[in-house]
Amino acid sequence: MALLEVRDLKVEIPTRRGLLTILDGVSFDIAQGEVLGLVGESGAGKSISGLAIIGLLEPPARIAAGTITLEGRRIDNLPREEMRKIRGARIGTIFQDPLTSLNPLYTIGRQLVETIQTHTNLTTRQAEARAVDLLKQVGIPAAESRLNAYPHEFSGGMRQRVVISLALCAEPVLVIADEPTTALDVSIQAQIIALLKRLCREHRTAVLLITHDMGVIAETADRVAVMYAGRVAEIGPVAAVVNRPKHPYSAGLMGSIPTVERRLDKLPQIKGAMPRPGAVPKGCAFAPRCLHTRDLCRAERPELYPADETQSACFQYDKRWEKAHA
Amino acid sequence: MPEADRLPERPAASAGRPLLEVDGLARYFRVAAPWVERLLGRKRPRLLKAVDGVSFSIPAGRTLAVVGESGCGKSTVARLVAGLYRPSAGTIRIDGLDAVHAKDKAERRQIRRQLQMIFQDPMASLNPRWRVRDIIAEPIRAFGLVRNRAEIDRQVAELLTHVGLAPIDGEKYPHEFSGGQRQRISIARALSSKPRLLLCDEPTSALDVSVQAQILNLMRDLQREMGLTYLFISHDLAVVRHMADRIAVMYLGRIAEIADADTLFAAPRHPYTRLLLETIPDPLKPRRDREPLAGEVPNPLNPPPGCAFHPRCPFANERCRTERLELKRARAGNGWAEVACHAVEEGRI
Repeated sequence: MALLEVRDLKVEIPTRRGLLTILDGVSFDIAQGEVLGLVGESGAGKSISGLAIIGLLEPPARIAAGTITLEGRRIDNLPREEMRKIRGARIGTIFQDPLTSLNPLYTIGRQLVETIQTHTNLTTRQAEARAVDLLKQVGIPAAESRLNAYPHEFSGGMRQRVVISLALCAEPVLVIADEPTTALDVSIQAQIIALLKRLCREHRTAVLLITHDMGVIAETADRVAVMYAGRVAEIGPVAAVVNRPKHPYSAGLMGSIPTVERRLDKLPQIKGAMPRPGAVPKGCAFAPRCLHTRDLCRAERPELYPADETQSACFQYDKRWEKAHA
Repeated sequence: MPEADRLPERPAASAGRPLLEVDGLARYFRVAAPWVERLLGRKRPRLLKAVDGVSFSIPAGRTLAVVGESGCGKSTVARLVAGLYRPSAGTIRIDGLDAVHAKDKAERRQIRRQLQMIFQDPMASLNPRWRVRDIIAEPIRAFGLVRNRAEIDRQVAELLTHVGLAPIDGEKYPHEFSGGQRQRISIARALSSKPRLLLCDEPTSALDVSVQAQILNLMRDLQREMGLTYLFISHDLAVVRHMADRIAVMYLGRIAEIADADTLFAAPRHPYTRLLLETIPDPLKPRRDREPLAGEVPNPLNPPPGCAFHPRCPFANERCRTERLELKRARAGNGWAEVACHAVEEGRI
C-alpha cells in the first residue's frame, strides 16, 4: 500500500461567474521514502495539489471530489483540529521563500523548540538538545550558538536549512516541498538539494517535490508527474519522462528547455499558452496546441494509458486511436 | 573579432566596431545604519561596492551576457549603462560617444535614444492603467520621433505584429495578457524608439520554460532582422548559452572571467566559472549526484581581501588571500579567455 494516495482529486473555486475547476481528477501515489516530483507551468495546479493534501486550501477554494489517504487513513475530510495534528507531525512542509515561513520576531531556537514541543512530549531542555541536533544535521555551523539568532541574521541558503529542520523536527513520514530552491542561487541550490536528498534517505521520508525546474526534478525525484491545466498529463519514472516523454505536452516541455550542452539555432517551442481555469476545452486540455490532434481528442477526455515505461493521458496510447479521424 | 568566422548566421554589422564600451566602471553605494544606531553606536556609513572596476565591450549586432549569482552586481551594470545610476568611476561609451559626460542635452538625448531596457517582471514594468498602444507609443512620443497620430498608430500596429501579437491587442490593458504576452509588449515598447542597444535584465526569469523558449526565439529573430546589440543579464547559464556570443562571469562586483561563449562552456578557467557550470541541474541527466561546493557568497559590505572568491576556492594560497588581481589573458581550450585568477596565471590550474 502506498504511503499517500490521491484519487480523482477535484478542487473548485466558486466565483460570481460560476464554478472554476482548478484541479480536475488528479491521481497519484507516493510510496514510503519515495520522491515524487510534480512539474508544470504556473497555473497548472502543482501548488494547489500540495495545499489540498495538507488541508491548507484557502477558502473559497475547496475539495469538491476525490480522496486523499495517508497511511491508510482518509485525511481530506478531517475536522480542522485533527488535520492540524497531522500537519507538522506526519506531514512537514517547506515553502519557496524561507523568510515567510519563519517568524521574524522569534529566535530560531524558540521556533524550533516550540514546534518540537507541539508534536512531542519532550521537556524544554530535551527539545533544545534536539533542536541543536537538527541544526547540525542540516549543516548549520556552530549550531548551539545559532539558536539565539533571528531569521534575518541568516543568509537565504542558511534560512532554507532552518526551514528544512523545522519541517523534519517531528519526524514526518511525508514532506511537501513547494519550490524549495527557487529563491536560491544555483550554487546554494545544489547544496540544498543534496541536503534534502540525504536527509530523506536517512529518515526514509517521502517527498512531494513541487517545482517548475526540470533540472531539480531530474536530479532529485524517483518518479515525476507532469501537470497541465489541472490534470496529470504524464506520470512515470524520472529518466523515462525526461528522456523519452510520451505525452506531446511533456515532450514539448522537455524540448523547450535550453541546455548548456549545445546551442541550438532555435529552441523548440510549443505554440500558444496553457488555458486558464474556466477556459479549459472539452476533451483533451492540450488538444488546441497539439500537433497530433484528432476528433477523438476534442470530443473526449483521455485517461492515463500505459505508454512504455510511463502512463500518459493521450489517446495515442488508447486502442481507439487508429480508428479516430485526423 | 575572432568569433565572426565561427558564427556565420550572424551578420557582422558595422564590422567589429564596438557599440558599447565600458571601461573601469564602478558604482559604490553608501549604506547607512539606522539613524539611532548611528547616533548611539557611532557607526559610520559604509561603502557597498556593487560594481568595482568592470570593463568590456560589445560589437554592434552581438550579445554579451553577464552572469552571476544574486548580489554580484550584474543588474547594477545594466542600470549604469542605461544611465539610471551615475557611475562612481569609469567610462561608458555608446557608439563612440561618452555617455557619462555628455556635452549637452542634445548629445545626451542622442545617446539615450540608442538604448532601451527590458526588465524581468513585465507586470511591474507596464503601467496597468494604460492601453497597450499607449505603452508602446510612449518612447516614440517621448523622443518626439513621430508627431502624426495616424503614423504612430501604424508603427504601433507594426510593432505588435512583429513581436507576435495582433494590432487589435493595442486596445487592451496589460492585465488581459499572459506573462509571456506581456513580455512581448515590453519588447515592442523597447523597440519602438528604434534603439540599437537593448539592455535585458533577466528578461525570461519570471516566465515558464515553454514561454521562455518563445521569448528567447523572438529575441534572436529580432536581433538577426534588425541587427540589435544585446547586453543580456541572467543568472541562468543554459539561457545564456543559447543567447550569448560572449560571456562575462561576475563575482562580488568584479569580472572573474570573460570569454567567447563556446570557449567558456568548453574550457572554463576560473574556479568560480567551473563551480557555476558544475552546479547547474541538468534535466537530461536524471539522478546525477552533484558534488555541491561548500560556502556561500560573502557579504558584499565586507568582501574578503585579495581574490574575493578565495574562501570558497580549492586552489587558494597565500597570494590569493592578500593580492588583488586583474583580468589576464589565458589559454582556454582552443581559444582565449580573460581570467582574474592567480592560480590560472601561475599555471597551477
